[in-house]
Amino acid sequence: MLKKNVENKYWVKNFLYLFFFLIIIWLALTSTFQWEELIVGILISFLLALFLNKNYLKLGFPPLSIKRIAVSIVYFIVLFFEIIKANFDVAYRVIHPKMPIKPGIVVIKTGLKQDIAKMILANSITLTPGTFTLDIIEDKLLIHWINVKTEGLEEATKIIGERFEKYLKVIFA
Amino acid sequence: MELFGMIITGIGTIFLLIGNLGILRLPDVYNRIQAGTKCTTLGAFLTIIGVGIIQPAWFWKCLLIALFVLVTNPISSHAIARGSHKSGVPMCDRSVVDKSKEFEEYKATKATIKIVAFKEKK
Repeated sequence: MLKKNVENKYWVKNFLYLFFFLIIIWLALTSTFQWEELIVGILISFLLALFLNKNYLKLGFPPLSIKRIAVSIVYFIVLFFEIIKANFDVAYRVIHPKMPIKPGIVVIKTGLKQDIAKMILANSITLTPGTFTLDIIEDKLLIHWINVKTEGLEEATKIIGERFEKYLKVIFA
Repeated sequence: MELFGMIITGIGTIFLLIGNLGILRLPDVYNRIQAGTKCTTLGAFLTIIGVGIIQPAWFWKCLLIALFVLVTNPISSHAIARGSHKSGVPMCDRSVVDKSKEFEEYKATKATIKIVAFKEKK
């Protein structure tokens, strides 16, 4: 019952956000401003937003807001720089004649609750310096690390998970 | 603009080359997956974006394709890694630490808690 109330409360706002988001994607893809194209785009965005909005909150995403979108954009920029760093790091380890690798499997902890947030965290970890996620159970992640710095749970969490979690916690608060 | 795009595509190609080199050089499955995901992610991303910069009409479409690559790449590598871990592929000799046993124990405790809760409900 409570969940239904929340869904109804955010329905219109969420619908508008989705609608504008879809129109922006449409404009980017067609990259024209002819009125026929615009009308078709608005129609399709309207229908898609209508369908998507129904399942949006069920998936576990929080209702959209300006603050969440801004933090998401910051998160993507941070993630992109981490990806570039990851690539240089792994490329260095591959090219170096002695291959300075120290592989191992460690466990880290996460404070995130929603499944979808955990999935985003796991995928971000997979994209960044020499780490990828093998498995998730409840609040612990099994991680393969190409250059193990610490074996302890807390320290590993601080090095691997913290930099993404602080953004994800704001987004999924 | 065309030169800039070519430079970016070239850098992307170099990363793809390094990724392939890594798959050949590194010792075991997990490390090879590291090279396979890391270098191909940025390699494919830069190559596609570079094409978009050379041909500005395609830029947004290229950006969308690159984002899809970025989203799907970790999922596939995670699937391969998890599969090989579950079927017991050994790690190489140079490995330092393996906490997967601890993790299995944690999983077992969680499972028993769930079973107890289920029985109590009944």
